[in-house]
Amino acid sequence: MRFTSVAFAALAAVAAWSGASAQDYPTRPITMVVPFAAGGPTDTVARLVAQNMSQSLGQQVIVENVGGAGGTLGAARVAGAEPDGYTLLLHHIGQATAATLYRNLKYKPGEDFAPVGLITDVPMTIVAKKDFPAKDLKELVDYVKKNPDKVTLANAGVGAASHLCGMLFMQAVGVQLTTVPYKGTGPAMNDLVGGQVDLLCDQTTNTTSQIKGGAIKAYAVTTPNRVKSLPDLPTTKEAGLEGVQVAVWHGLYAPKGTPQPVVDKLAKALQTALKDQTVAARFAELGTEPVTQERATPKALGDYVKSEIDRWKPVITSAGVYAD
Amino acid sequence: MGDVFSNLALGFGAALTPLNVGLCFIGALVGTLIGVLPGLGPIATIAMLLPITFSLDPLGALIMLAGIYYGAQYGGSTTAILVNMPGETSSVVTTLDGHQMARQGRAGAALGIAALGSFFAGSVATFIVALAGPLLSQMAQNFGPAEYFALMVVGLVGATVLASGSVLKAVAMIVVGLLLGTVGSDIESGEQRLTFGIPQLADGINFTTLAIGLFGVAEILRNLEHTHDRGVLGAKITGLLPTWADIKQSFPAVLRGTGIGSVLGILPGNGAVLAPYASYTLEKKLAKEPQRFGRGAIEGVAGPESANNAGAQTSFIPLLTLGIPPNAVMALMVGAMTIQGIIPGPTVMVENPTLFWGMIASMWIGNALLVVINLPLIGIWVRLLRVPYRLLYPAILLFCCIGVFTVNNSFMDVLLVAVFGLVGYGLLKLGFEPAPLLLAFVLGPLMEENLRRAFLIARGDATVFVTRPLSLALLLIALGLLLVVLLPSVRRRREEVFHEED
Repeated sequence: MRFTSVAFAALAAVAAWSGASAQDYPTRPITMVVPFAAGGPTDTVARLVAQNMSQSLGQQVIVENVGGAGGTLGAARVAGAEPDGYTLLLHHIGQATAATLYRNLKYKPGEDFAPVGLITDVPMTIVAKKDFPAKDLKELVDYVKKNPDKVTLANAGVGAASHLCGMLFMQAVGVQLTTVPYKGTGPAMNDLVGGQVDLLCDQTTNTTSQIKGGAIKAYAVTTPNRVKSLPDLPTTKEAGLEGVQVAVWHGLYAPKGTPQPVVDKLAKALQTALKDQTVAARFAELGTEPVTQERATPKALGDYVKSEIDRWKPVITSAGVYAD
Repeated sequence: MGDVFSNLALGFGAALTPLNVGLCFIGALVGTLIGVLPGLGPIATIAMLLPITFSLDPLGALIMLAGIYYGAQYGGSTTAILVNMPGETSSVVTTLDGHQMARQGRAGAALGIAALGSFFAGSVATFIVALAGPLLSQMAQNFGPAEYFALMVVGLVGATVLASGSVLKAVAMIVVGLLLGTVGSDIESGEQRLTFGIPQLADGINFTTLAIGLFGVAEILRNLEHTHDRGVLGAKITGLLPTWADIKQSFPAVLRGTGIGSVLGILPGNGAVLAPYASYTLEKKLAKEPQRFGRGAIEGVAGPESANNAGAQTSFIPLLTLGIPPNAVMALMVGAMTIQGIIPGPTVMVENPTLFWGMIASMWIGNALLVVINLPLIGIWVRLLRVPYRLLYPAILLFCCIGVFTVNNSFMDVLLVAVFGLVGYGLLKLGFEPAPLLLAFVLGPLMEENLRRAFLIARGDATVFVTRPLSLALLLIALGLLLVVLLPSVRRRREEVFHEED
């Protein structure tokens, strides 16, 4: 144990000495921290992007999963890492909501990172078990308003995207449903398919195949425009439910203080990745698409994070549920 | 029926290409090796190897990753038997009799029967997946939170049957296990429980950390204390393979274990975790001489091993038919499939039959390869035990630390292994049995989650547990099991049953 720490320390010293001069960055493999479990939707997005960035940067971008505490453990790790461009964070909307959900965070989501760029906005869908008594979103809202005591809404735990979306939905409709938390979307989806719970608001990455397979009913997508992989689903706006607009946006970050040339190089590699055909195709299968090139920039992400923190603060405080 | 055979033929055709068999072999070999390494498990390994799958075709990639998964099951049993170190939840039960057999010089027989039993179970389970996959997953959908809770209650009551000596001590261990299981975040409110402000504990204590500390490190500490009683070294190795008598004796256990494992593995939500425990309890109850259990009864290895391999195979069913991963490893497979451009779900079977049936065929191939890999290795493992302990135990400790670290890339876990090692050592000295603690640790959170969820969905109506037929049935079984435990005559027998090691 001690030997390994010494060995690692020696390696790190040599590596640091061999320098992170922006001209030759990167000179060794880069770690992309994903603050969630491997195999999940965020991890998949990360691996797709990392693989392509490895090619354009000329050095391996290795995905490392540091899950736990709703993504804050991994984020904290990167916030405290050396700002030399060799440790990055790929996080989703949880980066902004953590600022309000976690009252004892050891880092500041809006300030302790150097944003690199947005990656994708994964749409969310409002879905229900197969034999739920509502044909479309309007009937759903009516039914929910009339029977708030009879309807259960599943989510993947406090702070999860499905939890946030569910919060928005309940606030927009004006009812308090019984929320049933699960440890992750897999179990939640399982119970939805099995008919044990009634409703769920979740990312297209998780719901698309079930919708297409007919295992669950879908009512709407929560993005401003319809989703290409689910063209028959109206948007919440079209269907008359204002205020339920949420997408699981993903962003790439470096620790605060990372030299600007390094950040710019990373942003460029990210933009190249997002233009790639294979990446776009895989994203499409997940029901999403890469963001426009203008949004895959440090400024766009930085502004967006701040606006999202401000946007979710009142929603979360009025719901009164925190993660710690 | 003919349909199934033509589908299987399609699958075998796809899986039996030299490349795919090669990938299967590599996966199984890597899986076995990491299974042997305490701590490092299939999750970390598959995560590390995911990038390699980019360059493979989908079927090949999945075959290799699946090979790692069930290879790790085998490997985990190896360390459980040899050095009392369970690498996975599924190998905890194997330590009870497997390690005892190793101390008696019958390590080879234990390892061999584990391999053969697992192969049989795996083959049968593969057939079940092929024949009844979709149908079974439909049935499993009826298993809601109330049923899960009832099932976990059965498991928990069974924990007292699992280990004995003093009933009071077993119950104490169960309670401690339940307490340790509560560490972490409350699922509904997010409140931190027993984490003392340490963020790494916010998601609870890692099972591997607890198991390695309580079983492995404690065992090392105890061996260091009793230099005269290092059974694995001293005992004469009596033959490297199980004898025909052994096989005949274990066969019924293997059959029953296969059945139990196959059924429990189908339940999404990791019902498979109960399989080896249920098998062990069943074997002990059915045995003519239950006092052999805990002292090296071969059925105590054959049954649970078959159960956990059957469960590992059938846990692919929810993944392949519904696209819903029942546990963390399957979730990784989902990730691998997605990266390959295959979105797992109900449509995979129809749209991608080559992939679906090829996977199933490769499961059988993987099991066969594992026997091929493991049987010859038995000789090496057994000889490894002859290495002087003063050289062996630092190596074991080193691998433990590395292995545990890789689970979460967290130093806290390694520290906790040390803490639990000391705790485990203390427990051993005081005559407490860690196995019920571990089972309660696993079951406790599942029970709580499902209990609360069942209440939520039923809106606080407690009768939901008895009005749902399946739940009622399971609770009655638990009650029956409890009565069996409390009957004085049984209790007296149990005092003699467990082998106290001092």
